[in-house]
Amino acid sequence: MAHKEDIALMAHLMRRAGFGASRDELETRVAKGYEATVEELLNPETQPPVDPYTLLRHQPAALLPGGQPPMGNVNYMYYLVNTKRPLEEKMALFWHHVFATGNSKVDNYDQLLEQIVLFRECGMGNYRDLLLKVAKNPTMIFWLDNNQNHGTAVNENWGRELLELFSLGAGNYTEVDVRECSRAFTGWTFETKIPRLPYGRFPWKFEYRPEDHDDGIKTFLGHTGNFNGEDIIDIIVTQPACAKFICRHLYNFFVADEPQVPAWPIEPPRNPEAIAEMAAIFRASKCDIKPVLRHMFNAEWFKNARYKHLKSPAEVVVGTLRLVGGYEIPKPGYGELSMQPSYMGQDLLNPPSVEGWHTGSEWINSGALMSRINFVAEQVGNTSLPGVQSIMGHLKTHGTMQPEQLVENCLELLGPVEVGPDTKKELTDQAKQWGQIKFDTPANEQAAVKHTAELLQLIVATREYQFA
Amino acid sequence: MAATQKDPVIVVLQLTGGNDYLNTVIPYNNPLYKDNRKAVGIGDNQILQLDQNFGFPSYLKAMKGFWDEGKLAIMHGVGYLDSPRSHFRSMDIWHTCEAEKVGTEGWLGRVVREFDPKKENVVTCVSMGPSLFRALSVPGVPVACVAGPLETYGFLPGIQEKTQRQMILDRFSRMYTPEPGSGVMEYLGTTGQDSLLGADILKAAPIKYKSEVKYPDTPIGRKLKGIAQVHCADLGTRVFYCDYGSFDTHAGQGPLHQSLWTAVNEGLEAFMTDLRNQNHSENVIVLMFSEFGRRVRDNGSGTDHGAAGATFVLGDKVKGGHYGEMPSLDAGKLVQGDLNPNMDFRDIYSTILEKWLKLDPVPIVNGTYEQLAFLN
Repeated sequence: MAHKEDIALMAHLMRRAGFGASRDELETRVAKGYEATVEELLNPETQPPVDPYTLLRHQPAALLPGGQPPMGNVNYMYYLVNTKRPLEEKMALFWHHVFATGNSKVDNYDQLLEQIVLFRECGMGNYRDLLLKVAKNPTMIFWLDNNQNHGTAVNENWGRELLELFSLGAGNYTEVDVRECSRAFTGWTFETKIPRLPYGRFPWKFEYRPEDHDDGIKTFLGHTGNFNGEDIIDIIVTQPACAKFICRHLYNFFVADEPQVPAWPIEPPRNPEAIAEMAAIFRASKCDIKPVLRHMFNAEWFKNARYKHLKSPAEVVVGTLRLVGGYEIPKPGYGELSMQPSYMGQDLLNPPSVEGWHTGSEWINSGALMSRINFVAEQVGNTSLPGVQSIMGHLKTHGTMQPEQLVENCLELLGPVEVGPDTKKELTDQAKQWGQIKFDTPANEQAAVKHTAELLQLIVATREYQFA
Repeated sequence: MAATQKDPVIVVLQLTGGNDYLNTVIPYNNPLYKDNRKAVGIGDNQILQLDQNFGFPSYLKAMKGFWDEGKLAIMHGVGYLDSPRSHFRSMDIWHTCEAEKVGTEGWLGRVVREFDPKKENVVTCVSMGPSLFRALSVPGVPVACVAGPLETYGFLPGIQEKTQRQMILDRFSRMYTPEPGSGVMEYLGTTGQDSLLGADILKAAPIKYKSEVKYPDTPIGRKLKGIAQVHCADLGTRVFYCDYGSFDTHAGQGPLHQSLWTAVNEGLEAFMTDLRNQNHSENVIVLMFSEFGRRVRDNGSGTDHGAAGATFVLGDKVKGGHYGEMPSLDAGKLVQGDLNPNMDFRDIYSTILEKWLKLDPVPIVNGTYEQLAFLN
């Protein structure tokens, strides 16, 4: 059996670089080794992709889900729950946080899901290439009105957010830069949309209209020339601020909660050295994301950051569904399941604004906390689900357990979860109500399963469990 | 501020999906109505006349009753400039009062913060439904979101056996003891205990509640019953929220619109009767809004997204009647085929805030808007 500390570290890696892993998966991965697991995660093509045809067979409307929830959510949730390439999917979610684009305006899940595919395919590649693809993404163009950005009448929406939210962060450019940047993106639009009625929605396509592009000289961040959008991106990615900004985003998402993004110009990073290390690699690799991720996951400061990150609703729901199992096929009820993150405050494919979601403690409010605890408790308390039965199976191998052992073993199998002494005392006191847990007779086993399920529910209700 | 039984209360009923204004408040004498509504028009024999200009379809029976009592205000032509015709964006604008940018604070969340700045009552705002509507969302403001029946509201509803449940919840409370200075853990502790407290307070409502009124067994009927239970229990709740829909009647509008409004009417009739029987109706108004109205000309089976709509305010202290004017149906006066809004929705909010809730509307709706006369 694998060493306890190795399991704990692997569980940490899998919670952050993916959406958690069962005990069996953790043991297999520990046998393979930490660094080898990081390499596997960084090279998703070694694992099979999600099979979209299984989804379509059960849910044909997932092909073109239109504008009404939950169809688009079902589609996305299916990928999140079933991926065998956890880091690829986690990086797609990361870029969805950064390049936050929402159905509130787009009103078209077909397009939003296409954007997620872009993040999935390019999320671990080169940031400069990704940024260029995002600039040409019709969904983004519509979301930030670049189709209204004309040579004769500049619309600054995209130009400003590109600098403020997608690359440099506030304070690293002037209002003149915003204007000049926007001028360079005039004429970047999409083909005229075909009306939805009577034939339904048609895919949007990028279009460059030279006649609508401002061909004059622009001065941007100290450079002067007849710049087009691609030139602007090339200037942006060489800025030191760009590397720091993207790496701080990665740190906030994968390592430990930072203050909210609008506070970044004022508040320094919690770990400036870590950001500096990542930024140096980012610059040296000319914006390749993969070497930065490799360094991050292997760094001591990553390994020591256990439970320093409050789980996002997506992490709560996806992690739970992957743990308890039984959701490999989009069976009836998937629509409701796919809306669970929104009940907890994270409406996937529909962030509240282009600023994306506020993370960390801002995920928590009274309703959201109740929703997350009740959802997870309902799932882990359902002893008919395969993942819960697997936990019971592991417990059974321990034979008769004293209350303290039951608590230790349940904490171990759910995480391992690390709890404070006061929490552990409450859990143990609860287990003492039931006395010894035995699986020796059918009656004892029935009681053991019932009590264990109750203890699992109490564990997922703890404050500690809200962290990853 | 501890609320008393007399404190004014607002109930919001959100008609999600874009209710068809012209088939709800029908300009039945206007020939343009019949011209434009060849497929989904309401026939003369199906109209409950309000006066010589307007009528309700026959399935707005309870609403007609409220109108006859003089307790229903109809606001005409409601919307805002440059209506985006997107459900989500429009709903957001109604929720945050920010038409120019994406807002982060809901208008009713701000109301709750004004009423209870020190968070002395965690059930000042109760929302019926699983999600936190953006209208209610302001960081740090507690909202009790009730997803199912009040009888099972609270943490870990799966654990039902009474002594076992109490023991578990006591442990939950102790595990959420906020340690000062522990940052996120402290915040989680406070929120956990607030929610537990809220669930505990709300649990009293269905126990205390005695009523002869039978609510229809529909989603909106159940939500309105929950609101009546909490309101009649005098727990100090000032803001209630619920929704019903979807009113997005692109196709098959006739029967769909009828069944939606029938459920709303049956629910409202039970609700108002219940509150009146329990002598709890006088401090309540019900605001009914939808994110937009629908296109003037039907599409052969339903109606597409439009602009101006109708908003209703119902209550025993409301001065019933028409407010504002229905925008012109003349083809030349339409904007992209839609009624051009001539009343800003923030006029209605501002009136409710100032005259009913006795709050300064300006910081809540982000500006100064007109005061209407539907409240004294």
